[in-house]
Amino acid sequence: MTGLLVTGIGVVAPTGVGVEAHWSSLVRGEPAIGPIEGFDPARYGVTLAGQVRDFDPEAHVAPQLKVQTDRWTWMSLAAATLAAQDAGYEAPEDAYATSVFLAAGSGGNEFSQHEIQGLWAKGPKSVGAYQSIAWFYAASTGQISIRDSYKGPSGVVVSEGAGGLDSIGWARRVVRRGTPAVLVGGTEAGVTPYGLLCQVTSGRLSTATAPEDAYKPFDRRANGHVVGEGGAILLLEEPGAARARGARQVWGEVAGYGATHDAHHHEAPAPDATQYARAIRLSLADAGLTPDDVDLVVADGAGVPELDALELAAIGDVFGGRTTPVPVTAPSSWSGRLMAGGSALNVATALLAMRDGIMPGTAHLDDPVEAPGVDLVQHSRAQRVETVVVLARGYGGFNSSLVLRPHREGTS
Amino acid sequence: MNATRRRVVITGIGVVAPGSMGREGFWDMLTAGRTATRRITFFDPSRFRSQVAAEVDFDGRAQGLTAHEVFRNDRFVQMAMVAADEAVADSGLAFGTGDAPDPDRVGVTLGSAVGATMRLEQEYVAVSDAGTHWLVDPRYASQFLHQALVPSCGATELAVRFGAHGPATVVSTGCTSGIDAVGYGSQLIEDGDADVVISGASDAPISPISMACFDTIRATTGNNADPEHAAKPFDARRDGFVMGEGSAVLVLEELEHARRRGAEVYCEISGYANRCNAFHMTGLRPDGVEMAEAIRLALDQGRIDADEVGYVNAHGSGTKQNDRHETAAVKRSLGPTAQRISMSSIKSMVGHSLGAIGSIEIAATALAVQRGVVPPTANYEVPDPECDLDYVPNTAREQKVDVALSVGSGFGGFQSAIVLAHPSRRTP
Repeated sequence: MTGLLVTGIGVVAPTGVGVEAHWSSLVRGEPAIGPIEGFDPARYGVTLAGQVRDFDPEAHVAPQLKVQTDRWTWMSLAAATLAAQDAGYEAPEDAYATSVFLAAGSGGNEFSQHEIQGLWAKGPKSVGAYQSIAWFYAASTGQISIRDSYKGPSGVVVSEGAGGLDSIGWARRVVRRGTPAVLVGGTEAGVTPYGLLCQVTSGRLSTATAPEDAYKPFDRRANGHVVGEGGAILLLEEPGAARARGARQVWGEVAGYGATHDAHHHEAPAPDATQYARAIRLSLADAGLTPDDVDLVVADGAGVPELDALELAAIGDVFGGRTTPVPVTAPSSWSGRLMAGGSALNVATALLAMRDGIMPGTAHLDDPVEAPGVDLVQHSRAQRVETVVVLARGYGGFNSSLVLRPHREGTS
Repeated sequence: MNATRRRVVITGIGVVAPGSMGREGFWDMLTAGRTATRRITFFDPSRFRSQVAAEVDFDGRAQGLTAHEVFRNDRFVQMAMVAADEAVADSGLAFGTGDAPDPDRVGVTLGSAVGATMRLEQEYVAVSDAGTHWLVDPRYASQFLHQALVPSCGATELAVRFGAHGPATVVSTGCTSGIDAVGYGSQLIEDGDADVVISGASDAPISPISMACFDTIRATTGNNADPEHAAKPFDARRDGFVMGEGSAVLVLEELEHARRRGAEVYCEISGYANRCNAFHMTGLRPDGVEMAEAIRLALDQGRIDADEVGYVNAHGSGTKQNDRHETAAVKRSLGPTAQRISMSSIKSMVGHSLGAIGSIEIAATALAVQRGVVPPTANYEVPDPECDLDYVPNTAREQKVDVALSVGSGFGGFQSAIVLAHPSRRTP
């Protein structure tokens, strides 16, 4: 398989806007979760979220485009620009040479709520001309393609929290079929009155009011997760094309990918971690690597005791035969779970860890659960990080695993 | 592509379409040239500009779903489950028995443009007290709203239904979702990540918010006086599409896998490609350049010459701009062959079910290839000088089809094309 190169990263997340802001926040261990702003969530039994507080849409989105689009698309447009800038990427003369393959989970929440509200309160004529293009799951992909003149094949995947990794999985197929550059990842903006209500019904949100008590993956007091907004978009390039345009940096190489489904129940996870472990094994086999080659696992980190136990079982199943326990961290604990945006953000985080040789810690992991064969990373630490496995799960049983490794000239 | 390329065939088809029951009812309706468009019955449409739709008389319980399945799922998921049951039964794959395919090698790709929009709207009416409160009241919410918000639940329901442990996802590229989901499903097989993929699309958008948002941009028809003849693709009198709903699910299978078990093959999926116009979210340039590019690439992938194409199942939505754009794209990509092909739009009969229609049209195209009959474009009376191809007016046509194209175009600028070939077509 062609090793795809990550040449640019754009982050718009609760932990920061821009890749360096996000990373320094993580390394310093600054929780980005706080009381919900923008509306009063008192009725939900949930008070916390990871919101992107320092995002100024005017700084990233032209006024005529801003009125046509929802906040999730503003964030996608911003993240796509940041990724292209980070890569020094300018659209080549062949407009078909660049693609957009994003993950989406919830579409244009606030925009759509506003229009449905108007429809039912005042009638059909109150629905504006942009509803048809603002809320649907392909809105951000279409708008990026139009703004940046990218005419390559495009796609949108929905697999809840696993989407960010699955967009990369699809992008690899596109590159195999001849498109040299693909934007992947995604953002979400579901911390809105109706969007939050929908997410609350998953029954997986923490009702704690203090951030240190709320989203605590792998801790004995884990009691659910905190939702968030934002995400990341990354530029992937075929190595020859990246070299030919003189790409100024390579963050790393996408070496392997695997995806499975529990196919067990419409909401409950499978009682064992067989399919989750199989996704990890598929990705390692795809990369031609063994569990011993892996320096760090960036976990899904659901924060729900049963789901945490299953994830540790899957990791233990794959990595249990090593002589040294595999380091595992769950950086989503700092930002909240961003659905499709979260797994994309974890890929960005993994590449930053590889660059600096720093493993970011897991927020509020005060009293780790028993995890044989696993080295849970409580606090950021300097340690060799070359090969990383990024894991993600989607509600309903989606399991995805991605392998990243450093790019060495001549190895791909 | 090299000589060891894994080939993908269709071995099962299931359809939930307006005006008919199941795959054979759908085919009978298409070949009879019968339309399923009518005045909207799901809600009182009198305050809307467009009051016509192609509705499915759908009853999940009567189609074999359990009360739990109906209760927890939006209509789009229910229709996909029913279509998938029919497709799997049709394929002869014995899920749940000792002869079942390896579950780790079975994937799911389900397209949907707008997911559970109907349920999200109905629930919103309850929790906001009909748009009175911006801060909604959780006490009136159903417990299944998370699934309604995130349409990947549709892929989950199908994976659970058949115990499919392979890659699963929902594909949501607006009105090309149905083609892209099948295209992605075939890529999973070509790339060796699955041997069987349950692949299709579903949408149930006939709800006030969907009708209102297409009203304001005048994309839907205003011809409320004569609902049965409201959808007029390629006709000079066309004035917009008629909203539809439904689902089609296909069983995609690796050719050798199908051969080994002696499965009947409808056709091969010989090529798939999509491109973006990077022009406008809803507008189309009349030249059709990007759709032509998608068609050319899809044919290239199957190493098929333009002059082998006998039938084009058109997007043919019946908007002024689409039908002109598409006619230009077909001429541009097929050259002189465009003058010889049959090209028809089944949206004239079953309406435009957004993301679902791509898969419904692939189902129709596969049946046309298998049975040597091309479905017509209904309501075609007045030629438009800008749409000057053979649109198979009003009456189905017996025609042996070796190679057919199904194409789609969607909001966001997406243009998709898929190529189906008769199993007896000799590969060069």
